[in-house]
Amino acid sequence: MTAVAEPASSPAGEFGRSRARKEDAHLITGRSRWTGNLTLPGMLHMAVLRSPLAHARITGIDVSEAKSMPGVVAVYTGADLAEEQGDLPSAWPITPDMKKPPAPALAVDTVNFAGDAVAVVLARSDYEAHDALEGIDVDYEDLPVVLDLESAAAEGSELVHPDLGTNVSATWKLDSGEAGSGGDVEQAIAEAESSPDGIVVRRTLRQQRLVPAFMEPRAVVVDPNAQQATMWSSTQIPHILKLMLAMTLGIPEHKLRVIAPDVGGGFGGKLQVTPEEVLTLLTARRLGKPVKYAESRSESMQAAHHGRAQLQKLTLAAKRDGTVTGMKVELLADMGAYMRLLSPGIPVLGAFMFNGIYKIPAYHFSCSPVFTSKVPTDAYRGAGRPEATFGIERMMSELAAELGIDPLEIREKNWITHEEFPFNTVSGLTYDTGNYEAATARARELFGYDALRREQAERRERKDPVQLGIGVSTFTEMCGLAPSRVLGSLDYGAGGWEHAQVRMLPTGKVEVVTGISPHGQGHVTGFSQVVADRLGVPFDDVEIIHGDTQSAPKGLDTYGSRSLTVGGVAVAHAVATVIAKARPIAAHMMECAEDDLEFTEGRFQVRGTEKAVGITDVALAVFAAHDMPEGVEPSLDSDVTYDPENFSFPHGTHLCAVEVDTETGRVELRSYVAVDDVGRVVNPMLVEGQVHGGLAQGIAQALFEEAVYDESGTLLSGSFAEYLIPTAADLPSFTTDRTETPATSNTLGVKGVGEAGTIASTPAVVNAVLDAVRQFGVRDIDMPCTPMRVWKAIQEGAR
Amino acid sequence: MIPSAFDYVAPETLDDAVRALADAGDDAKIIAGGQSLTPVLRLRMNDPSVVIDLGRIPALRGVRDDGDALVIGAMTTHHDILHEPLVREHALLIAEATATIADPQIRHRGTFGGSLAHADPAGDLLASALALGAEMTIAGPNGRRQVAAAEFFEDLFTTSLQPDEILVDIRVPKHSGWTAHYEKFNRTAQAWSIVAVAAAVRVDGGAIAEARVALTNMASVPVRARGVEEALVGRAADAATIRDAAERAAEGTSPAVDGNADADFRSHLARVLTSRAVTAAAGV
Ligand SMILES: Cc1cc2nc3c(=O)[nH]c(=O)nc-3n(C[C@H](O)[C@H](O)[C@H](O)COP(=O)(O)OP(=O)(O)OC[C@H]3O[C@@H](n4cnc5c(N)ncnc54)[C@H](O)[C@@H]3O)c2cc1C
Repeated sequence: MTAVAEPASSPAGEFGRSRARKEDAHLITGRSRWTGNLTLPGMLHMAVLRSPLAHARITGIDVSEAKSMPGVVAVYTGADLAEEQGDLPSAWPITPDMKKPPAPALAVDTVNFAGDAVAVVLARSDYEAHDALEGIDVDYEDLPVVLDLESAAAEGSELVHPDLGTNVSATWKLDSGEAGSGGDVEQAIAEAESSPDGIVVRRTLRQQRLVPAFMEPRAVVVDPNAQQATMWSSTQIPHILKLMLAMTLGIPEHKLRVIAPDVGGGFGGKLQVTPEEVLTLLTARRLGKPVKYAESRSESMQAAHHGRAQLQKLTLAAKRDGTVTGMKVELLADMGAYMRLLSPGIPVLGAFMFNGIYKIPAYHFSCSPVFTSKVPTDAYRGAGRPEATFGIERMMSELAAELGIDPLEIREKNWITHEEFPFNTVSGLTYDTGNYEAATARARELFGYDALRREQAERRERKDPVQLGIGVSTFTEMCGLAPSRVLGSLDYGAGGWEHAQVRMLPTGKVEVVTGISPHGQGHVTGFSQVVADRLGVPFDDVEIIHGDTQSAPKGLDTYGSRSLTVGGVAVAHAVATVIAKARPIAAHMMECAEDDLEFTEGRFQVRGTEKAVGITDVALAVFAAHDMPEGVEPSLDSDVTYDPENFSFPHGTHLCAVEVDTETGRVELRSYVAVDDVGRVVNPMLVEGQVHGGLAQGIAQALFEEAVYDESGTLLSGSFAEYLIPTAADLPSFTTDRTETPATSNTLGVKGVGEAGTIASTPAVVNAVLDAVRQFGVRDIDMPCTPMRVWKAIQEGAR
Repeated sequence: MIPSAFDYVAPETLDDAVRALADAGDDAKIIAGGQSLTPVLRLRMNDPSVVIDLGRIPALRGVRDDGDALVIGAMTTHHDILHEPLVREHALLIAEATATIADPQIRHRGTFGGSLAHADPAGDLLASALALGAEMTIAGPNGRRQVAAAEFFEDLFTTSLQPDEILVDIRVPKHSGWTAHYEKFNRTAQAWSIVAVAAAVRVDGGAIAEARVALTNMASVPVRARGVEEALVGRAADAATIRDAAERAAEGTSPAVDGNADADFRSHLARVLTSRAVTAAAGV
């Protein structure tokens, strides 16, 4: 880190100000630039033929008819591209002996999931390209299909990749006894089991498969003819994409430029190097013409990576007074048919979060990524942390229920109190700050906890067909991915730093370059506020440049709630560097000592006098460079690469009330209170937006969404008619509030908010559903808690 | 997805439309509001060579009072039905069911005739048409014919319409003075029915004088719940009558199995929803 620390100044009062987004005007008036709308002269269109079968050997492909169809320029199969397509990158070998199958962009001998790409057509129009798909004849020979996660992991299962000899790719372990961060969990469990005042709670929880369902389906355009081959892609990660394409395809890195224009959402689903990007690039280079690929929604559901998909075997040991003594986690994680960019690392991220906000003395985590004949899984909003939070928050509520203790009380008994920070957790992290008491007290009050408990008792008493359930989730998450040394210790293939440049222009305007890559969040607005605040220039005078490896040459992009906590902090440091560079020049201009200068509201003022110059005056003087102090270069630009020292740890308390119609099993959300602590807030409206959207997505996992395959491996939930995403009509009006405990691990005190709502809400809702129906003997319901599942659980429980 | 190429014609009279259909042979498809056909074309589940648009034929649109019946043009949109006082007055059940369809955008495009002709077993208008004893007017190369709703729906996505025929209008006997309710059960506001119940009753002096009850998605076609109707008629309009009658809701049905519901759960829902639908309709 090269930045010089300048005292924080907040003259313009930008922090905490709900500014309307700079991004909105062009987005809502349709002046946006989506990749799918790009047209280049002579551009060809690519259509992809996908396997209808989940697992089969390709015994023959006849493309002759397709080749002769109108407008068709070329048809390629896996055999045609076998030499140059390389292997799709998988950047996270979680163990040295991890087993990983080859992952060609176009299947060569076998297809491994329904939707696997088999051939591509390049034609003059999109219509002709799609028509020609019907002219391709593929002969398949069926191979055994492996669908169920648990049986896939079992001895003797049919194999997805027979060459690997197993479906279990690796086993990754973290044990607090061995690591020295805590005790021995087996001992804790044995003690709890043998002691009269001990209790052991065991549950096997299921995390269903989810579709990231970003609003803009994936699209990519490649122009191979510019000085650098240029790729426009609807991606979250232009920088990583460029590097990975260079490394896997052997294209010199400096001959490649990647642009992420306006991107309509990602949720981790566009944190990927996709087969389609590779194929667009390869075919464009082969044909010497620009090529576009734009997927349909049904292709997206079938072939873009899915998320979650875990089986969690959980054991919680405790004393009967509610004190937790140990937590054991055994995970199976469904990888699908291949490993994509981060696939096996996603469940491993959860290893650090299964202990949640609690002081758990002994902990063991093991995780086995398992192959199945389904589309690969990878990052989806929260990536490993929602799964873990679900596990611990469900288990804490189960423990409370088993012991007949209030679920908030049992949490209070076990959580880290605000005096105990910084706190070293049993999984090896150091939580810098937090105040769970404050967030919980506020949530409890807003929710009307006691009144709802009374109503719940009354409804039970009178056997109301509509029962009330109250769900609790007191979560934390690790944000700001990530300190590079931590990623290194986890065998991840890259670091977690971020880059920023600040350029003062002669007229006093400011160009800011960032390596993060927004795709709907509002970073341009938030970052402008950070710069305006620190530099004392007007908000509108700041331009944020991003998402193009030519103009924003360095960066690690947007995911893991890292944009403000790492990228924004890098920008703040770059601003500080500019101010530090301007200081000797300002002193020279006013003929005073540097130490006599105070920088506030964009001006260097000589202490105790009215004498001052603005940073914009300095910028003009630097441009002219007529009279610079000795040895000072005429530049007010800075270039900072910031590597965070720690993660940040937003937390919060979410309370949810549901009404369960016991006659139909239907769950209706009655009220939802979210009190989040995301540290210092730059723009409350942006935070609010992230929380609302996050809640909707997390609630969707609890109640609505699931990617379902039939017994032949065909995706049944292949459109939004079957894959139910909720709309505003399905959700209550959320009550949101915040407590503010600034992070101490970064200079802005910020913690990250992009994933909080999603992480917290799923267990809150499921806990509420169970709280309503536990009286009938129900102890778990698989997600999504559909009416049929809830109704059947009640029938079986009541039996 | 992108549909295969097709020709498009938009005749301005019904006769021209019938002729265009006959000329095109088996390979034509009619488009009304396009809300069901467009996805079918885009997913290439059907690739007609000609698409005949009924949208330019004014005679197919609107609701007309025809003495003891309403005549609803096949091309009348869901939105127009909802805003037509005649429908509320004489065929309330249809208005109630229409209000549960999708969202305003779709209701502005989708049509009454299109819904019936498409014959999706989860479609919300089929049961109401059946319950109220609607009659379809169908035009073909050999002139017109009338088909009762009970004969019109033959199977999943299958009606008695022949490939060269057009549904012209739907004659709904007036049910003035009846009260009605459509009880729809789905998982999100804009989702299709898992099961739904269409109920219309005429309550006279505290007793149920007449009742019509039909079920959505309890078989490949809409089903009249005749057992329920029998158990209601002539009895006091009260909770006990309704509860007992609703027990018979799943009689004679053959519910499908899918991810949302198995046959058991559907049958159970049919009973619960019938009870709720009749209770609401009868104002008990
Ligand atoms: C997102 C979404 C949600 C929906 N939700 C619901 C819902 O909850 N409940 C519900 O009931 N419906 C729902 N619908 C369907 C909607 O009601 C449609 O309008 C209806 O199914 C078809 O009507 P249409 O006018 O659009 O017909 P089209 O799509 O144009 O045609 C459908 C079929 O009927 C044939 N056809 C149409 N008109 C005639 C005619 N006059 N003579 C002969 N054949 C004809 C066509 O050839 C085609 O095969 C939904 C649709 C969408 C897109």
